[in-house]
Amino acid sequence: MKEILKMQNITKVYPNGIVANKRVNFSVNEGEIHALVGENGAGKTTLMKILFGLEQPEEGAIYLNGKKVSINSPFIAIKNGIGMVHQHFMLVPSLTVAENIVLGIEPRKRGFIDFKKAVEITEELAQKYNLKVDAKAVVRDLPVGMKQKVEILKALLRGAKILILDEPTAVLTPQETEELFEELLRLKEKGHTIIFISHKLREVKQISDRVTIMRHGKNVGVFKTSEVTEQDISKLMVGRDVVLKIEKTQHKPGEVVLEVKNLTWINEWGKPTLKNVSFSVRSGEILGVAGVEGNGQRELVEIITGLRKFDKGDLLLDGKIINNLSIKERRELGISYIPEDRMVYGVAAEASIAENLIADRFEKREFNHGILTNIRKIASFSKYLIEEFKIQCSSFNQKVKMLSGGNIQKVVVAREFSSGPKLLIADQPTRGIDVGATELIHKKIIELRDRGTAVLLISADLNEIMELSDTLIVMFGGEIVAYFDDLSKVTEEELGTYMLGLKKQSYEEIRRVLYA
Amino acid sequence: MHREVLFEIVRTAVAILISLFVVFLIVFLVSSQPTEALSKFLIGPLSKVRYFSNVLELSIPLIFNGLAISIMFQAKQFNIGAEGAFFMGAVAATVVGITMNLPRIIHLPFAIIAGSFIGGILLFIPAILKSKWNASELVSSLMLNYILYYFGIFIINYYLRDVNAGYMVSYPLNSSVLLPKLMVGTRLHYGIFIAIAMIIIMYYFLYRTKWGYAIRMTGLNEKFAEYVGINVKKVILYAQIIGGIIAGMGGAVELLGMYTRFEWQKLPGYGWDGIIVAILARNNPLLVPVAAFFLSYIRIGADLMARMTDVPSEVVSVIQALVIMLIAAESFMAKWRHTMVVKRAKEEFYVNNGGSLQ
Ligand SMILES: Nc1ncnc2c1ncn2[C@@H]1O[C@H](COP(=O)(O)OP(=O)(O)O)[C@@H](O)[C@H]1O
Ligand SMILES: [Mg+2]
Repeated sequence: MKEILKMQNITKVYPNGIVANKRVNFSVNEGEIHALVGENGAGKTTLMKILFGLEQPEEGAIYLNGKKVSINSPFIAIKNGIGMVHQHFMLVPSLTVAENIVLGIEPRKRGFIDFKKAVEITEELAQKYNLKVDAKAVVRDLPVGMKQKVEILKALLRGAKILILDEPTAVLTPQETEELFEELLRLKEKGHTIIFISHKLREVKQISDRVTIMRHGKNVGVFKTSEVTEQDISKLMVGRDVVLKIEKTQHKPGEVVLEVKNLTWINEWGKPTLKNVSFSVRSGEILGVAGVEGNGQRELVEIITGLRKFDKGDLLLDGKIINNLSIKERRELGISYIPEDRMVYGVAAEASIAENLIADRFEKREFNHGILTNIRKIASFSKYLIEEFKIQCSSFNQKVKMLSGGNIQKVVVAREFSSGPKLLIADQPTRGIDVGATELIHKKIIELRDRGTAVLLISADLNEIMELSDTLIVMFGGEIVAYFDDLSKVTEEELGTYMLGLKKQSYEEIRRVLYA
Repeated sequence: MHREVLFEIVRTAVAILISLFVVFLIVFLVSSQPTEALSKFLIGPLSKVRYFSNVLELSIPLIFNGLAISIMFQAKQFNIGAEGAFFMGAVAATVVGITMNLPRIIHLPFAIIAGSFIGGILLFIPAILKSKWNASELVSSLMLNYILYYFGIFIINYYLRDVNAGYMVSYPLNSSVLLPKLMVGTRLHYGIFIAIAMIIIMYYFLYRTKWGYAIRMTGLNEKFAEYVGINVKKVILYAQIIGGIIAGMGGAVELLGMYTRFEWQKLPGYGWDGIIVAILARNNPLLVPVAAFFLSYIRIGADLMARMTDVPSEVVSVIQALVIMLIAAESFMAKWRHTMVVKRAKEEFYVNNGGSLQ
């Protein structure tokens, strides 16, 4: 086996002071599928961004085929035969597949883009690698699995010999994952080298030849995959034995808290992204919403929280219509919300921890002294929450942007949980954070449930959904296609068939989620 | 937190030093008496009480406009209508000062309140256009400035012009409306105390009241503010109204403190200067007087230099332009900052992990 890539002593410090890579050595052999594993925040993406020229390391060197190279832009990475498929796709949604694939290297005819040629190129490429895509489809209409194929083709067209896939399976259903793996194996046969990032160990065992494990920015071990067990890997990843089982008691559902009735939403291109959606969430219950991203979950959440206006359907909280209430009024009625993207909605990164913690209640009398804010009260309140939610920081005056992802999420969670919500909407509550923070957040969600909060949990992480939810609905194409009131009777594979729209329950089965 | 403040201070200082250096170069190139010119520029303002008083006098309108712009910038509203609001504040004070006859104790405050009121109402226009129809406040406030200028000039020249004065000015203001001078032999007036009071009030308003909090959160992350339930549209409105009030107040104070008639035939430009002050002060009310003083000092210094030597006062524009450019350029000295961050991170790591990083 010939070593095709070597990264030596890579150290990366981000402007906020987080050391994402600490003298990391990383080596990949030609023609292998090399898994890079580690908890969220371990520094995997950072290491790959350095390889792809998106970030510059503070120290360290990169060797390709034994020759030292300096990669200071993606352009140079591509020239050196490195391609990367990012965690978040970088496609232009309004363009076709073919246009996306040739973007920047368009075939031209008399100065204009030769669309026919672009389609030809795309189809030829798809044929060669046996990756089936519709060259003329508009990217925005494609399912996630398809977008991923487009990304892979894009990289291959630019001559990628080393292909980096950053958590490619995180957004896929089990069936799509299988398909992806077959494609990866074919690429391997054709002589490509693949770096495969994941923290799903079963997949790593299944697909990879070797595995590099990272923890807290350091390389903590490299193995032949066949020579280690999942337990060995997970121990090294987390630094201790982990029980991924979530401890929780049987739920005791009470009255219906949130009722969604016949909700329909038409997007700006005239497509319905929510079709007649109806369901209820009861107090003391966690209702999970499973589904591939982009099947209406975002619209649903934004409508319930008030971020998005709607006109068809009804929302009822405790039996009262809340359709036209402002976000503030909804919050006052007891709706809390952990947003999907914490940096966009969850926090003001430039503000202090304390300022972020009081954001939903700064107008309350207890935080004000006449016309001035009550600094002492804000301080004691912040200290209490920092302690209660184990937010690691130097003080409550620290800017939120200085914290790690897990601790930023804890700030959001601390605020949203401490208001004593009647209804909690948790949208991807543990995405991209470490196991410790994940455990804490799961525990707190269950605590809230046991105190009678109704919880609506949206997550792309099947494992999380299955473990945490009491009952479950599946969304596909803007509709509820399945309802399960007993999760012990469903398998991930079965869920997958619903998520892909291959199966749909009867109207009567789905209607049970209204409890009426 | 601490390090960031330090970094910003150093960055500003370096920007100022670089621009001063450029000015020195220019002076040495164009002047036949460079040392003379530079000494006038740098220490001229300190050489006489009257000159130093000039620095303070000029600081007053700069402070008002700096505060007005700062509060709007804090809400991320790039409303640059302070110029027009300031101008109309002065016009309003003129109207009150000429047409009414009241005891000083009522007349003077009333004139200032009238100026503030007009300023607030005027900047409500770009604000409401923004919050109702999402029209860029930058564009509408810029255009508003010119409308206000012609409107103000119209009022003064058609209704209040003193035809006997021999030049284009208004009738004299009633003496009961004028701000008293602080020191004989200078034009320094009591307006400076109003300016200081406004600095303190605005600081408390921004950092210690719920309204100021809402302004800052809206400015830092509007989506976040919306999501936690802050009425962002309302914040956008009142931040600009308050900005208008302060600018209008500044116009009234400037007129009543420095003049006995309305004499401006063109926009005085203090509103534009307010933008420079706000950028230098990082929109922090407590730093506004420092920035205003600095700007005022180099202006007066340059004036003295121009009067007594062969260097024109326009060199100040070079300083202003360079300082603003360097401060606005995010990546200016970013490398140095990153080195600091890395060094500290390494030290921390060294302490925690027994030195496996270095
Ligand atoms: N652009 C960035 N600026 C500051 N910190 C970052 C940035 N990107 C990642 N980080 C931080 O660096 C650490 C490693 O992140 P990342 O490489 O994304 O980990 P992984 O991909 O293994 O989940 C995390 O603590 C994360 O919060
Ligand atoms: Mg990552």
